[in-house]
Amino acid sequence: MMSCTKMEERILAYVDGRLKDSERSETEKHLASCAACRVRVNEFRSVGELLDELPLMEPSPAFDVRVRARVAAEPVKQSWWAWLRPSPRIAFAASALLVATLWIGYRSRPITPDISPDEADAQMMQDISVMEDHDTLANFEPLKELPPAVDNADDADDSDHQM
Amino acid sequence: MLDVKSGDERSFELLLQRYRTPLVNFLYRMVRSREQAEDLAQEVFIRVYRAREEYVPSAKFTTWLFRIATNLALNSLRDHRYQKLEMSIDAPLTDSEEGDERPFEVADKHPTVEQELVEGERKKMIRHAIEKLPEKQRAAVLLHKYQELDYAEIAKILSCSESALKSMLFRAYEMLRVELAPLVRQGKEAK
Repeated sequence: MMSCTKMEERILAYVDGRLKDSERSETEKHLASCAACRVRVNEFRSVGELLDELPLMEPSPAFDVRVRARVAAEPVKQSWWAWLRPSPRIAFAASALLVATLWIGYRSRPITPDISPDEADAQMMQDISVMEDHDTLANFEPLKELPPAVDNADDADDSDHQM
Repeated sequence: MLDVKSGDERSFELLLQRYRTPLVNFLYRMVRSREQAEDLAQEVFIRVYRAREEYVPSAKFTTWLFRIATNLALNSLRDHRYQKLEMSIDAPLTDSEEGDERPFEVADKHPTVEQELVEGERKKMIRHAIEKLPEKQRAAVLLHKYQELDYAEIAKILSCSESALKSMLFRAYEMLRVELAPLVRQGKEAK
């Protein structure tokens, strides 16, 4: 049989209708045999009804205005990358710019030919008349001492004579 | 609240509209001053707004909201304790305070002046009974009765165990039963 002390622990949950079925039936058994607890339960219910009589108060019309003003005055707190979040377009444009910069950089790097130093010198000698001012080079004294350029056909003739 | 966290300003407006009345009423019943209750409610909303990015939905939003409100109210009562002691509990409410509580329902019957006086006295008695409760018990009763929060939520708000809360609520309702005994008897006789 449940005691009145145990009843004190349960009375509010009973009045609120928040007891489990088994607890509720145990409580009701106790109430059937205990007049004092029955009175208390009824009075707890009456207190609840009295509290319901207090009307609700509406906040003043200025309340919302003041809250909005205070919210608007709050400093904007953003992390260093937060500016990217609200606009995927900005994020896309930044990514595209980065890719374009890397691509242009790759394309414009100096191309070093994969040839030996001797071949490079011969190539330079062949191109020198095109690359440099021919008149300047033609009158350049040290160059006059060089033997005249020999054609490949002459080289072949020479080799035939030697044989 | 998760929408507010993701930066949706309209969701904050919805929160404001949904919780402004219960919050102001809870705080008004805690601190018994309309001006102070509205100031505290504003502070609650600002704290919610400031904490939106750190909000983790580990508990119900109402639990979090009323926890902030309860802490602010208890701190405010503590700060104003000396000032409050100077005021008599039976001091008549000012006109503006009486006018603060505007019932939503519009009476279709026209009560007589005498009925209005009786009704006014009755409400004053109920308000005073709530006001007489120790602060934490008062908060527990208000959250239980008017916000209809369950015991686990109220226990979280008041930072106590569920069994301690049940005991606290029992003591509070016992005290209200004693304070409101004349009205309780009237009710019995009327039935």
